[in-house]
Amino acid sequence: MIDWFHPSLLFIFGALTVPFLRGKLQQACLMLIPILAVGTVFSMSPGTYWTYNFLGVQLTFGAVDKLSIVFGWVFTIASFIGMVYALHVKDSGQHAAAMLYVGGSLGVTFAGDFFTLFIFWELMAFSSAYLVFARREKAALEAGYRYILVHIFGGVCLLGGIILHYMRTKSITVGPLEHDGSLAFYLVLIGVMVNAAVPPLHAWLTDAYPEGTVTGSVFMSAFTTKTAVYLLVRVFPGTELLVYMGTIMALYGVVYAVLENDCRRLLAYHIISQVGYMVAGVGIGTDLSLNGSVSHAFAHILYKGLLFMGAGAVIEMTGRRKLTELGGLYKTMPITLVLYMIGGFAISAFPLFSGFVSKSMVVAGASHDHRPLVALLLTMASAGTFLHTGLKLPYYMFFGKDSGLEAKEPPKNMLIAMGMAAFLCIGIGVLPGPLYHLLPYPVHFDPYTGDHVTSALGILLFTGLGFFMLLKKLDPEPTISVDTDWVYRKGSRLFMWFVNKPLSAYESYLAEIYNTWITRFTLFFSDLLARIFDVRGIDGIVNGVADFFIGLAGSLRLTATGLVRSYAVTMLAGSVLIVGYYLFAYLVGL
Amino acid sequence: MIKKLVLYVGDPANASTLKKWSYVALALVVASDFLVSRAHAEYFWDKLPGWGALYGFVSCVVIILVSKFLGHQGGIMHGEDYYND
Repeated sequence: MIDWFHPSLLFIFGALTVPFLRGKLQQACLMLIPILAVGTVFSMSPGTYWTYNFLGVQLTFGAVDKLSIVFGWVFTIASFIGMVYALHVKDSGQHAAAMLYVGGSLGVTFAGDFFTLFIFWELMAFSSAYLVFARREKAALEAGYRYILVHIFGGVCLLGGIILHYMRTKSITVGPLEHDGSLAFYLVLIGVMVNAAVPPLHAWLTDAYPEGTVTGSVFMSAFTTKTAVYLLVRVFPGTELLVYMGTIMALYGVVYAVLENDCRRLLAYHIISQVGYMVAGVGIGTDLSLNGSVSHAFAHILYKGLLFMGAGAVIEMTGRRKLTELGGLYKTMPITLVLYMIGGFAISAFPLFSGFVSKSMVVAGASHDHRPLVALLLTMASAGTFLHTGLKLPYYMFFGKDSGLEAKEPPKNMLIAMGMAAFLCIGIGVLPGPLYHLLPYPVHFDPYTGDHVTSALGILLFTGLGFFMLLKKLDPEPTISVDTDWVYRKGSRLFMWFVNKPLSAYESYLAEIYNTWITRFTLFFSDLLARIFDVRGIDGIVNGVADFFIGLAGSLRLTATGLVRSYAVTMLAGSVLIVGYYLFAYLVGL
Repeated sequence: MIKKLVLYVGDPANASTLKKWSYVALALVVASDFLVSRAHAEYFWDKLPGWGALYGFVSCVVIILVSKFLGHQGGIMHGEDYYND
């Protein structure tokens, strides 16, 4: 009996198998693997599994506790819904990339040590980038490259932090880091904040998600930021900085959503806004607020997936993505509209929808922790959420002025996937018990008190009143909004201009100085050397040696006369000399 | 059934009826806010009946006006080919 099986292995196996399958068999495989993965999560019990000793470091692939199990649940469920939504897609590469992507985030979820975590973290970044590239348009390719570069930056920060942490503590266990203000702490935090899309490190998300394929962006909306939220809950609970960052995030996304014209980019800004609640909940760090962050991540994956599926269905059927070019689709796509609206009500936290039972936990967490301003600002952001996701986007997409587009409902598999997500959005809202039971800390929280319901309804309905009163002001405008990606999109041009103009001018000025002074001086000095040292010194020695040998050779040549007589005389003289020597030596020895 | 409902809501001819019902819903929400128990209220504003409605409306207006101001006057919004020159 296997006591634990890593769900990532299923997805990695799937990624390797799917490209070789076709037609019905491929579709069956796409659905079977997430179902098996849900099964492995269902049969999990807390514990530590699959540990290996690698070069003296303990690697743990299966660190299972309540926190990782609840994320395991939602990741595997979301992967099933996403796969059903993508069943009609014929591009095997996209399916394989999505499988690897899900496998990566499950690997992060169950990683017990930072090295394993880092490997899966990078797997996520690269496999998800393919989901952007797969749209194969110029804008998508460019956004994909920016996406991967930002994630490489985040990955390097994370790895640097992990290594510094390991050098200091000799521990790579994934757990709360000490708030010691060390470089290791902040590098890991920055690495995770990049993936959680915390401003100003968020622009990759709103840049890339709207450029992904219709089905790929559904996966992206679910996994990267929520894996980062998981890691924040695990490693950074109670980090004060995150309270402020989270609250700013929640409002930041709302402000940009007002200005946005691209439907999926509007939804992407609301991911930032919603993740802001989770980040703030982590920062507050009480049991209630951490439970709130986790449950909100759970609910968010489902309703945000549903919203991306709805907007994706419209893009798939009409080929248009800008609100200024859409409108009047309610007649031809009523089912898509209703399913989208369920997601819209869920994200807006209407009573009986999933957002209501999760978002209110975070807000209550802020209230109970005596942070009235945070609670008020988060509530304000939730009015903004309904304003855009529940009112503005559906109004200009499905109602408003009729764009005269010939559309019809999307393929059945897309509707079924949306239906499943919608079912869960309502199911969690009506019966929050099972979700609360999964949360890492015991839940003593009841969202359905009378005053909470009426005040939530008051906020939402009067937001609606404000929307219709200011409708003229909200008409979408055909513009794009400058965000912090300006730094590497326009800013890089500024850098190139700096390199090309002032820097290269400076460079040629330096070259001039070099030519004038250094080169001239060197030439003068070497000329001096050539004239004196070379001619007098080196040449003198070389020539002198040569002259000597020429002279010697000349005198030697005189002895080689070619006459036998001369040679005979020489030999005779030599013999006399040798005999004379021995004679002399003998005489001396006497 | 769903389709019928959507078509009814979308039809401009029914706009005035819908508007009437919406006002009724708004009034009902505010009225019910006066009837519920506020034993758990944390802050003084939570004790005020109708607070949610007021705060929701003010939030909505503030968000729209501030965002549009930042977008137009704050230099956030640019033409669509801003990055493609």
